[in-house]
Amino acid sequence: MSLMNTFPSRFEVVRDMDKCIACGRCVVECGHGVHRFVKGTKKLAADERRCVNCYRCVAACPTGALKIIPNRQAVNESSNWSAANRREIALQAESGGVLLSGMGTVKNYPLYWDKLLINAAQVTNPSIDPLREPMETRTYLGRSAAEIRRDGSGRLISDLPPHLTLETPILFAAMSYGAISYPCHEALARAATELGTFYNTGEGGLHPDLYRYGAHTIVQVASGRFGVHRRYLEAGAAVEIKIGQGAKPGIGGHLAGAKNVGDISRTRMIPEGTDAISPAPHHDIYSIEDLRQLVYSLKEATRYEKPVLVKIAAVHNVAAIASGIARSGADIIVIDGLRGGTGAAPTQTRDNVGIPIELALAAVDARLREEGIRNHVGLVASGTIRNSADIVKAIALGADAVAIGTAALIAMGCHMCHSCHTGNCSWGICTQRPELVRRLDPDEAKAHLVNLVTAWTREIKELMGGMGINSIEALRGNRLMLRGVGLTDAELRILGVRHAGE
Amino acid sequence: MQKEGQVRIPSGCAIVGAIDRSGGTICGGDMVRAIAVMHDRSNGLGGGFAGYGIYPQYKDLYAFHIFYAGSSAKETCERFLEKHFDIVNLSKIPTSPHPRVTDAPLIWRYFMAPLPNKLARCQLDEREYVVRCVTRINTQMKGAHVFSSGKNMGAFKAVGYPEDVGEFYRLDEYEGYAWTAHGRYPTNTPGWWGGAHPFALLDYSVVHNGEISSYDANRRFIEMYGYKCTLQTDTEVITYIIDYLVRRRGLTLEEAANVMAAPFWTTIAQQEPERRERLTFLRQAFGSLLLTGPFSILVGFTGGLMALNDRLKLRSMVIGEAGSRVYISSEESAIRAVWPDLDRVWAPRGGEAAIFTVKEGA
Amino acid sequence: MKIDAQTTDPHQLPRLIRQAEGAVEVDHCLGQRFLGTALEAGRTLTIRGVPGNALGAYLDGGVIEVYGNVQEATGDTMNEGKIIIHGSAGDATGYSMRGGSILIEGDVGYRAGIHIKSYGDKSPVLIVGGAAGSFLGEYQAGGLILVLGLGCEDRAPYGYFCGTGMHGGRIVVRSDHIPVNLPDQVVPQDLTADEIEALRPHLEAYCEAFGVPMSRLLPHRFYALTPNTKSPYRQLYAMS
Repeated sequence: MSLMNTFPSRFEVVRDMDKCIACGRCVVECGHGVHRFVKGTKKLAADERRCVNCYRCVAACPTGALKIIPNRQAVNESSNWSAANRREIALQAESGGVLLSGMGTVKNYPLYWDKLLINAAQVTNPSIDPLREPMETRTYLGRSAAEIRRDGSGRLISDLPPHLTLETPILFAAMSYGAISYPCHEALARAATELGTFYNTGEGGLHPDLYRYGAHTIVQVASGRFGVHRRYLEAGAAVEIKIGQGAKPGIGGHLAGAKNVGDISRTRMIPEGTDAISPAPHHDIYSIEDLRQLVYSLKEATRYEKPVLVKIAAVHNVAAIASGIARSGADIIVIDGLRGGTGAAPTQTRDNVGIPIELALAAVDARLREEGIRNHVGLVASGTIRNSADIVKAIALGADAVAIGTAALIAMGCHMCHSCHTGNCSWGICTQRPELVRRLDPDEAKAHLVNLVTAWTREIKELMGGMGINSIEALRGNRLMLRGVGLTDAELRILGVRHAGE
Repeated sequence: MQKEGQVRIPSGCAIVGAIDRSGGTICGGDMVRAIAVMHDRSNGLGGGFAGYGIYPQYKDLYAFHIFYAGSSAKETCERFLEKHFDIVNLSKIPTSPHPRVTDAPLIWRYFMAPLPNKLARCQLDEREYVVRCVTRINTQMKGAHVFSSGKNMGAFKAVGYPEDVGEFYRLDEYEGYAWTAHGRYPTNTPGWWGGAHPFALLDYSVVHNGEISSYDANRRFIEMYGYKCTLQTDTEVITYIIDYLVRRRGLTLEEAANVMAAPFWTTIAQQEPERRERLTFLRQAFGSLLLTGPFSILVGFTGGLMALNDRLKLRSMVIGEAGSRVYISSEESAIRAVWPDLDRVWAPRGGEAAIFTVKEGA
Repeated sequence: MKIDAQTTDPHQLPRLIRQAEGAVEVDHCLGQRFLGTALEAGRTLTIRGVPGNALGAYLDGGVIEVYGNVQEATGDTMNEGKIIIHGSAGDATGYSMRGGSILIEGDVGYRAGIHIKSYGDKSPVLIVGGAAGSFLGEYQAGGLILVLGLGCEDRAPYGYFCGTGMHGGRIVVRSDHIPVNLPDQVVPQDLTADEIEALRPHLEAYCEAFGVPMSRLLPHRFYALTPNTKSPYRQLYAMS
């Protein structure tokens, strides 16, 4: 008997037979193959082992007959050995394989966003009503340190290195076409254009139909160099070198050959059906001075007209690394924290490698200031930005902007079943199966993205106004606007904030 | 209780400035009488003045005004000064006992020039050399605090109401072509004279009314360039910003004002191309030096005064002109009380620097 | 246009080359980086000396000829075009190239042809006249790496771990030696006479570029290293 079959499923599929009309809608809707008609009958059955609780069948059932509940079967577990531990061991004992996961870690690491509180003005200076008074969220991302030079008549020569202009300090995080579906990419591209911000191709290249949104596109160059060529580099508003990702620091990428079909393979510029393997490192970067080489070869290729971003995972010595990057010609550093999402990552890496974004961001910002080079680079933070307050806290800690991945996916319909790596997303997001992809309406998804970012921007303005701040740059690194609650001295020192009440 | 610098104390204030553009002199006593009108804008926890052109006999020497907590601090500090400067003259700053100005520290004045060989050896610009000496004393020498370090100018300050502080320092006996005055309304007792205003570095002195909401963003940026915000006051950080932008980066005062009170992007978009480009450049290059929240500031410098309001104009400030004289105040009444006959009274727009300078050669 | 690299600002040199029209010759080259970045079809660049790293990165149809050795990351991510090196090349030569060809008269360093891939009518070719270092063709996903082994007839003309992670394309070697410890997914097989004949255009290109008579190359034993799967890591993961 299969070891996995001796283990209870995670979920129960509860079908109310009084309501069920056996229409078979659930059979069609489930991307994971849970529901089926019992052969030769009109009776429905469910293979609960396949269920990931993506909610698609429940939402689609016309009579409300379905409910997915946690399995009530008692599982022997202890404080030390959880049911999940046991299930994983059984799976590996049976398969001999490495555990894979999708999305961000499920482990309970401290969430510092929720231990930081935002200030407001009372009496000694006025709060500002953002509905009546100007409130500026426009953000310039890039190197701002400039030489003061004047022409013959003493006028300032106004030239700054290339940068990105964001109407709100929110970017869409890098998610490749291949990891997510075409309509998702289209929705992100159009939403970024409408919002005056940027989305990011990830390492999957840029679909020919999306070149028209190039002015709002960051094109990524990862270690596999998929889809990277001169026109691709020229198409974007900026070029990002992906060194690492919060969900899988130190790990490359791997798009299974089965997913590398049709437009995906054309966009990545590799033959259909072959694995798309991104090596763990860039093989032209084995040291910090090599990074400088890649940064400048990309600048050469784009004629010094576009800023170059370098994205790294938040790891233990992130401050020193970021400082090295800032000295390597990069215009913008993106730091992705421990809790960031992914289309697929080895579970142990996702759940155990790296450090939380809040601490990484605070450490990087402080180090760059100590070295007097904070304004040599823009700083973007990502990895569990869940709401507008998280953004305000990130900027007060020192970020110029944040990038949102998981939140954007949720806005497009993701139900967080953590099964992206299976490629069976019933919502048409993290899949390339045509019948599933078709479900995602790019118009609707774009509208939801625009709504979300618009709403968050309003909230950011409210919070800024409350502090008496009417321009986002006056919030950047303004750590006096934060206080910690329930944090240790070490945490407060690293975050550079005082405890509430101080 | 923590003293100023260990804790950030919000405060409101009154400010007055006066300048004679033809180079004629204004008596320090007039400033005392003007600021006294706005008594209710202060709460007795800080007052001060800065006068320009008050030391013509030593105009080429740096005039240091120093508070000492005791004689041992004085000895340590003077040993340091002797090692770095040629001290031409030193004396106690003359004061009169005042019933409402108490707990005075030792207050000394030095007229000095940097020792030439020392200066040459450290390869610094003379003014940078002086700044570093001041920073060293103020951050590393317990009980010593340099509160004025410019040429032919001086700051005078204390815990108390400004009019009492003025009498204490016998400002009636000083004459200068420009003055600033400040009455402070801190939310709690600083208990330390160094925390009063103006804040001065070299010949820049700043008095300020309001509380900026951008403080820590500004502080953490400016500290990248070797400044240490030991007092945690807006005035201190604003002084450093001006020193950095004007002395070290070579911006004009007007350009510095365009950084500190940058127009809104929508306003910038409406400017003619050349101005738009300049304002955009300044705002992008020095975004972290934008001051938000309410402020009106007066900046004194050799040869002039600059008045600047925040871009929303959340604090009051009026300017009165009479011939070559210009008066600037939080309230018109303070000007009228001392100089009733004015040709013109006006209020500069938010974010727009009003700069007044003494005529060349005057 | 002729440029003397010795008397030119090294940071301006790539721009001068980019903005020039027609053929460009650079003399006295010594370590100047990024030359010929993304050079387009119809352009030629001739270099005398030792150019710096990332020569011809993102090359897009241009032709670069170097009289001298080259350093690291030559032809990085190139898309089309040709790089001819009258000398030897350093590490990571042809990293991630997708199309075009690199001809090296002599030896090449570690990780040559790493992650080269083919796509559509593009199929990159890396020809090494001498011997290659270790990790030759690591992660190779397409295209051809041809190692001629001239002057290295007594052993396999490449180092350890050749073709690790290889999942497409082929490495063809002119040699009588096959190491015993090739990675699992790499399968060696001798070329037939027909297959060697099919290789002739590449051999001719080498002979023509470097003035080597065909008689030095042929006849000889050739063998190919190919991957045994397009998905080397499929079995790696536990899928529930």
